[in-house]
Amino acid sequence: MSEAGGTSGKDGEQPHKRHNKKGIAMTFRRMAAVAAALMTLAVTQVARAEDAPKEIKIATEGAYAPWNFVNADGKLDGFEIDLANDLCARAKLKCSIIAQNWDGLIPSLKVGKFDVIMAAMFITPKRMETIDFTQPYAIDPTSFAVAKSSELGKQGLSKDKVKLDDEAAAQAAVDKLKPLLKGKVIGVQSGTQILAFLKKYFGDVVDIREYKTTEQHDLDLAAGRVDGIIVQQTTATATLAKPEFADYTLAGPGFVGGILGMGTGAGIRKEDTALKATFNKAIGEAIADGTVKRLSEKWFHTDVTPVK
Amino acid sequence: MIDPGFFLEIIPKLLAGLPLTLQLCTLSVLFGFVLALALALAQQGNNRFVLWPIRTFVSVFRGTPLLVQIFLIYYGLGQFRPNLQAIGLWWMFREPYWCAIIALTLNTAAYSSEILRGAIRNVPRGLSEASLALGLTRVQTLRLVVLPLALRQALPAYSNEIILIVKGTSLASIITLTEVTGIAQDLIAQTYRAMEVFVAAGAIYLLLNFLIVRALQLLEVRLTPYRKR
Repeated sequence: MSEAGGTSGKDGEQPHKRHNKKGIAMTFRRMAAVAAALMTLAVTQVARAEDAPKEIKIATEGAYAPWNFVNADGKLDGFEIDLANDLCARAKLKCSIIAQNWDGLIPSLKVGKFDVIMAAMFITPKRMETIDFTQPYAIDPTSFAVAKSSELGKQGLSKDKVKLDDEAAAQAAVDKLKPLLKGKVIGVQSGTQILAFLKKYFGDVVDIREYKTTEQHDLDLAAGRVDGIIVQQTTATATLAKPEFADYTLAGPGFVGGILGMGTGAGIRKEDTALKATFNKAIGEAIADGTVKRLSEKWFHTDVTPVK
Repeated sequence: MIDPGFFLEIIPKLLAGLPLTLQLCTLSVLFGFVLALALALAQQGNNRFVLWPIRTFVSVFRGTPLLVQIFLIYYGLGQFRPNLQAIGLWWMFREPYWCAIIALTLNTAAYSSEILRGAIRNVPRGLSEASLALGLTRVQTLRLVVLPLALRQALPAYSNEIILIVKGTSLASIITLTEVTGIAQDLIAQTYRAMEVFVAAGAIYLLLNFLIVRALQLLEVRLTPYRKR
């Protein structure tokens, strides 16, 4: 614009005819530029209307090993990072993965700071009032971890899975655990369904301490400030493998379903239906061809693939 | 957008954390004041072996964030459990409550000792000389002449410090204490309505600090009878 204006200004004194050719060329160039700009705009509009962005941002917590954590090189790593990369490759999406505090995940998703949450988040009706979830890509039982020398610790981890949807069975399992946990201080990550579970079923017998991250309650378990923690079995297994936790063990049954949700899925804004469909398809494929099982065994040494 | 019914629902829940917030700030301001006064008086002398450790303590606690101090005292010292058990202090460091009070106390003591040190130094030298000349002992001079004037002078600056501690108690939520801010964060995790919850929590702190400022202003007027008309 300014270039064209400058030229005509400088040539203003000279006879018009001599410069007609140049003027027309300039007009054409200008028109071409405008057309190009319009086309770019149109393409962007179309892309928006399609509602399936080619480039997306995935957020994780980065403090929940081995699901998602920051490795020794300072990079995000873990089961969900591998899975996210696999799903993006399947869906032909260009994904960048960022870390975000657990507290801020859902609020930030809602305001559009990123497009997908993959942070070991349980799918629950409460959360589904606010955001939407893909189908689950993992189901991982929740258990207590306590000192081996404690009454509960002596029992060790049972293979039983208590389905909270079956209220009678759930109550029986809870009643068996209650006397062993009476008066104990139990650490749990705040804002989680595990906390909701602990409050609902054991709130009357245990003293609950809430932590921002699981790493913090692990530290306090080792320091002896809490008698036990309650966590997903996969993360607890990874923590308890460290030498400073040699005296601690998972104990009692594993709890699934009910208030603990319908497994772990990716969180997506309600209006992003196309993105949800893309992810559901990719997750379905990854489960069907055994990718989820392979990654699960790589990171957890056990299979967390959801069973239909 | 903003729903008044929701405010009515969350404010009582947030107020449930107020007793803990008040305990944390009352106890730490109380302990902190005693410690600060001792540190300020100890610095009136010239003994290098007294001055040097105090100056170090003050500059460390004034020069580092309260958040870092709380983390160090709670998680940092938590790793020295056998040593702390050996000297019989673990019962205290085991509890997040006492760790928060220790951190807040040491922090406010460092700041307040500077306020008090300055205030004591600003009492005109002639007054204590006159008092000694009248036959009062050094302790009597301090108790009856220097300290009343110094404390009165320090009050405006000290009320600032109290407000900082009230706000500082919000950091206790990071070591599992569910005071007002801790409850606010829980409520956000349940409702995802950060705006309303933090506005309500902020209003509680604002009101609390307003009351403290008013109380200290009244105290200041009472302690300044010669300025009354």
